[in-house]
Amino acid sequence: MKLAHLKIVRVVVSLVFFLLTGLLFLGISDLSQRFADLILILQFIPSFLHFLIKPFHVAGGFILIIILTVLFGRVYCSTICPLGTFLDIIIFIKSKIFKKKKFKFKKSHNILRYSILAITGISLIFGTVLIVNLFDPYSNFGRIFSNFVRPLYITINNVFASVLEDSDFALKPLFFKGWKAEILLYPIIFIIVVTWLSVKHGRLYCNTICPVGSLLGLFSKLSLFKIVINTSSCKQCGLCEKACKAECICNDTMEVDFSRCVSCFNCFRACNLNGFKYKFSYSPKNVILPTETDISKRNFIFTTSAFVFGLFSGLLAQTKTIIVTKASTIRENKKNEVLPPGAKSFEHFTSKCTACHLCVSICCNQVLQPSFFELGAASIMQPRMDYHIGFCNYECNDCSKVCPTGAILPVDLSYKKRIQLGKSKFIKDNCIVITEKTECGACSEHCPTKAVKMVPYKGLFLPEVKEKICIGCGACEFACPTMPYKAIYVEGNPVHVTADKPEEKQYILNVTGKQLQQNALKNKMEKIKQEQDTKQKDDFPF
Amino acid sequence: MDRRNFLDSTLKTGLAIGSIMAVNPVGTLLAGQTDYDLVAVKGGNPDAMFDKAIASLGGMKRYVKQGQTVVVKPNIGWDVTPERAGNTNPLLVKRIIEHCYNAGAKKVYVFDNTCDNWEKCYTNSGIERAVKDAGGRIVSGSNENKYHEVEVKYGKVLTKAKVHELILESNVFINVPILKHHSSAKLTISMKNLMGIVWDRRFWHSHNLHQCIADMATWRKPDLNIVDAYNVLRKNGPRGVSKADVENMKSLLISKDMVVIDAAATKLFGMEPDDIPYIKIAHDMKVGNKDLSKLNINRIKM
Repeated sequence: MKLAHLKIVRVVVSLVFFLLTGLLFLGISDLSQRFADLILILQFIPSFLHFLIKPFHVAGGFILIIILTVLFGRVYCSTICPLGTFLDIIIFIKSKIFKKKKFKFKKSHNILRYSILAITGISLIFGTVLIVNLFDPYSNFGRIFSNFVRPLYITINNVFASVLEDSDFALKPLFFKGWKAEILLYPIIFIIVVTWLSVKHGRLYCNTICPVGSLLGLFSKLSLFKIVINTSSCKQCGLCEKACKAECICNDTMEVDFSRCVSCFNCFRACNLNGFKYKFSYSPKNVILPTETDISKRNFIFTTSAFVFGLFSGLLAQTKTIIVTKASTIRENKKNEVLPPGAKSFEHFTSKCTACHLCVSICCNQVLQPSFFELGAASIMQPRMDYHIGFCNYECNDCSKVCPTGAILPVDLSYKKRIQLGKSKFIKDNCIVITEKTECGACSEHCPTKAVKMVPYKGLFLPEVKEKICIGCGACEFACPTMPYKAIYVEGNPVHVTADKPEEKQYILNVTGKQLQQNALKNKMEKIKQEQDTKQKDDFPF
Repeated sequence: MDRRNFLDSTLKTGLAIGSIMAVNPVGTLLAGQTDYDLVAVKGGNPDAMFDKAIASLGGMKRYVKQGQTVVVKPNIGWDVTPERAGNTNPLLVKRIIEHCYNAGAKKVYVFDNTCDNWEKCYTNSGIERAVKDAGGRIVSGSNENKYHEVEVKYGKVLTKAKVHELILESNVFINVPILKHHSSAKLTISMKNLMGIVWDRRFWHSHNLHQCIADMATWRKPDLNIVDAYNVLRKNGPRGVSKADVENMKSLLISKDMVVIDAAATKLFGMEPDDIPYIKIAHDMKVGNKDLSKLNINRIKM
């Protein structure tokens, strides 16, 4: 195969990854649940973070990426990385608009790129994923799709849904809740910055800011096979330099800065003279050690050790606990935000979530909403349960099935129904029953475990919370009609615990045959049942 | 009066009578044995009980005419399975739709403004499947654009409400609640089921729930109310916590009068109509009659 054909392969593969990854974020829950694991396994940061929790989990996809990089360089950046493809699309559009503008070799911004990589590593040491969240290409891509492409998809779907309303091809109308300006701020800034960088300098973001790009760049220095210029056939025409999105081919010196090469293979395609080859770097003749190598070696050791150190300290940091504080009256005073089932604890969740918003995209009640500063400044954009927008559906554990980083760990449905995310707190003085002196009971109505029960109160009924069986789903808080403060709200558990099972006293008439055979007492009940049954069957009470 | 005038007016009267006869079959005008105020059935499956009940009322043709559109409003409020009795029995819903089509209905729509996620409610209640199997059309009730404001002329607290357009546009409105224990309203039956045709329910909860339920009942009376009491949630309603809350009562009620049917269902549950404030209020507001003693009731045992 000619090397030039590699470009076509790259374009096809990258579009497949781009479309599949994008599809996960449209909120088609069934599809995302089924394929998220498979499609996202090779995303570097999520699989790396998941690996920290479960070292032998299939999530070791990032190791495959490292191996691939050590073999052939940063293939990840032009095929698997969805943001990379997103930037390639911007670059493609730009090349059609400004046909004359070509790329030109630029020196690498080593200080900047390794500083960001080091800061990312160090931030992990301190147990925060903030820097990762801000720069991780996959998560940024997720946020763009979840916050902009998903609403667009929903709008288009709804236009078709209303057109096809009465036909046999009817689509289901979809809904989008909770678009807040402050949450969109970062994604918008991000889109503007990367678009500007891409139009000006191709893959500059990937080579200077992206910590994954910089890390893989370090590994690519060790690559077995590197792209080099075939000095014997090269005529220094400069076509390759003009085609290089990474601006890493220098026509004058006939050198390729392979640490910045994103393996897009545009140079292979641009060259008419067979001027490129993949070269095995470790044959004795060709060990070239330019002076720069020493610095990058040092950088490599420093940043890699920072990462490893961050890894372990991140794990150690999880043991910290926060004390639950009691809520005040009247104004709902939520001390701790509520996190989705499977998030385990505040520490676990906030130190693992890269805010890709995949869970936000597929949440059936859209109760999972990106936070701003509610979880703390370092957790910006990480999702939380917003019980003013929705509540956690009792029969659903979808979010736990899709999370690629393990911030929300998988939980089965039967266990999920017992996880206590928080406890309902009743503010008596806000309640309709007290203020309006009429019946209400919306909270108790929605409660799936009947932890909120209506008890007699001055001829009316007032809610009462049994915290032991409350799971903190927020149905009560969502349903409560009081304004502006709710009369019942969920105080989050910093560490999720297991709630008691809801009471299951058998209704006396509802005894099935099987159970009855089990003991004599139940036989007695059957007789009562039969008597009552026949009595009821024979007579209408009116 | 000259001859022409005479002929003209006779012809018009004749046409008028003729058209009344065409719209109302003889059975309705000559209220015979089939004209019960309430039909109560016991001891069968939901669909079989409905067959008996509707037959004793003279068949669905009395309520649904050729080419009419019908909206069936079951309770699909919760994401629970049929045996949990949180939603109307899917077998019953299916049978009702089949009867509507047999009577010549052009289209039968089904919707509810659900409490839990609508897609999950529709799927797990088994109602979406039942509606599709019967050839009906199931519509999402979670789209605020489909609700239009109406005036509730006789409402005391609830004077206006946003009602789903299917209720406003369809020729026939069939209300199919399930009888359940209810933590706020005590029992949910036919009047309470109308909460699912309006958009803003929080208003009801914050402005005297029982009065609002009765107010809404003054707005439009369903053409037919069918109460599913096959499986009945005896406690922990309206959602229920487990199957232990359910009793298999194998009953079904039909009436045109919501107060009559709610009173009868209350008795069936083992309570008195006066225990339920909204039934009392609705009776006093002359929505219907809670006193069952003077009514023509057909009691069927299977």
